Amino acid sequence: MSTPTPQKPKKPAMSIEKAQKARRKFLQSVGLAGGVIGLSLLGYIPVSSAKTPRLRPPGALNESDFLSSCIKCGQCVQVCPVQAIKLGDLNDGFGVGVPYIDAREQACDFSCDAVQCVLACPTGSLTYKKPEFLKISDGAMLAAAPILKAKEKDAESTLNLKERIGVARLARPESCLAVQGKPFKGQTRGAAFTGKMRYMDVDRWKPIPIRDHPYDLELCDLCVQACPVKNALELRPVKGADGVERMTPTVLEPCVGCGVCEMICPAEPAAIVVDARAPWKA
Amino acid sequence: MSRFTELFMGMLGAAPKKPEKVADKVQKIMFLKYEDKDRYIKEKLHAREHHNVSHKWRNRRWAVLLAVNLLFVLSFWLDIQILEGSLTASRFVGFHLIDLNSALQVMLAHKHIIVNLFIGTFTVFLIWVLLGGRTFCSWVCPYHLLAEWTEALHLKLVEKKIVTDHEFHRGTRTVFWVLFGLMSIVTGYTVFETLSPTGILSRALIYGPGLALGWVGLLLLFEIFYSRRAWCRYVCPIGLTYGAVGAISPLQVSYHVEHCFHEGDCRKVCLVPHVLDVTVKGRASEETMGLGPDCTRCGLCIDICPTGALRYEVKGLSKLL
Repeated sequence: MSTPTPQKPKKPAMSIEKAQKARRKFLQSVGLAGGVIGLSLLGYIPVSSAKTPRLRPPGALNESDFLSSCIKCGQCVQVCPVQAIKLGDLNDGFGVGVPYIDAREQACDFSCDAVQCVLACPTGSLTYKKPEFLKISDGAMLAAAPILKAKEKDAESTLNLKERIGVARLARPESCLAVQGKPFKGQTRGAAFTGKMRYMDVDRWKPIPIRDHPYDLELCDLCVQACPVKNALELRPVKGADGVERMTPTVLEPCVGCGVCEMICPAEPAAIVVDARAPWKA
Repeated sequence: MSRFTELFMGMLGAAPKKPEKVADKVQKIMFLKYEDKDRYIKEKLHAREHHNVSHKWRNRRWAVLLAVNLLFVLSFWLDIQILEGSLTASRFVGFHLIDLNSALQVMLAHKHIIVNLFIGTFTVFLIWVLLGGRTFCSWVCPYHLLAEWTEALHLKLVEKKIVTDHEFHRGTRTVFWVLFGLMSIVTGYTVFETLSPTGILSRALIYGPGLALGWVGLLLLFEIFYSRRAWCRYVCPIGLTYGAVGAISPLQVSYHVEHCFHEGDCRKVCLVPHVLDVTVKGRASEETMGLGPDCTRCGLCIDICPTGALRYEVKGLSKLL
């Protein structure tokens, strides 16, 4: 303070008012930066506090890789023939604009055969074959390429998919009609349900609303019937706690986690659900 | 410092400087202009009187902006598949078009050069090198249009002295550009994309509205009541990325000092008035000067200029003709 620098008189002295103005502007700019950055980091909350992970489209990378590599363009949404793919909103935090599937509302039934969403993805967030530097989670790898029931008789009957996106689970056996030995007749999910599915006996290329395809089954095996993957789901006699054998939907290794069983299940809430990102456990 | 570097630094936030040397021709022009003050004033008033205030370029620009965004919407809705995807990444009749800033954020977050993505940026890169990067802002970005409309409201409120504009330091945007990049690297999430009103609006138009529009609404309110065009001016890294890409663009708005009365109407309508610093009396060093990489080539200054001192120009082409 006591020794003024020799250069000082050379510089035109800034008026106090001007200096204050500049200082205020600087502080406001810092405030703006802090504010916007602070707000953007709120995106962490939904990502880190999510109780159940989102079901991602087939071929999705592991969740953290998926969120980092997705460019949020929605091209996967555009190619899906059953409109199964939706985009995350602001309540998904950093997952805003990132595709997910709400299987109960509309599951992926692979009616496009070729997994079009993977083909559409420009960043490899959805991929047929993971690059080597990306880790494959335990229990995600499928033992063999899944055989698509719809293509079973074709020369190429398999689906180009290496990893599962989840695994189905009979979450509420007590409400499962098969377990109760009950039949099913009519529209599953009711007349207002808008979900679609491909029925090979109706049209190979055009999925139709499920409500337009009523059923009449002596013993409900809707989930097994609808499951698009061969040998992924079966009705098997399983002994309950009371020692009585009941026909029970049993999930097998080829299950890819598409969620069609959850969509088609007439029980409310669904007796069988898909656990997104869950590993296969023998 | 070369003029190019100076303009580039100006885009990053440096204050414009007075020219060190003014060309002889410009000195002569300035001398002649102010030689006879009465004549000067008369000419000025004459030019004002005969200026048909048009919105030619604004209208053309709005039409292009709406058409591009509508093409995205219709490609999906009507399944005509011309321009699929949204502004962050799309396919134009099959060709990948990847937004440069989005690709950058993705690769920083993912920490891998995604080859397909990289290839997809080439076409976009080329387009904006030729047309001038920030042309994207005013001719394509849907947030720019909304912000233009709310800016009109802001200016009305300022005129009625209900609100005042709070200016931030323009260098804040450069800081944001670095911070968003760093955050992508550190968090592994494309943090900027969470906030980007460009991406949010593009997706909302194509895939339907959502809560994220609330954030865009807040931004617009902030711009109406607190700071004019704050997002585009002080925050958005897309603008800076494209600005850098278009720094060598041959298409630019050029300034011809001979026709200018230095009234500053252009600077009042400009999103980035620092690029029009040359229009201040005594700041032009050459007869014809390009406006620099931060200019969005929106054409508002061209529309408002009563004397045609500002024009669109393709560098080198005028000499060639």
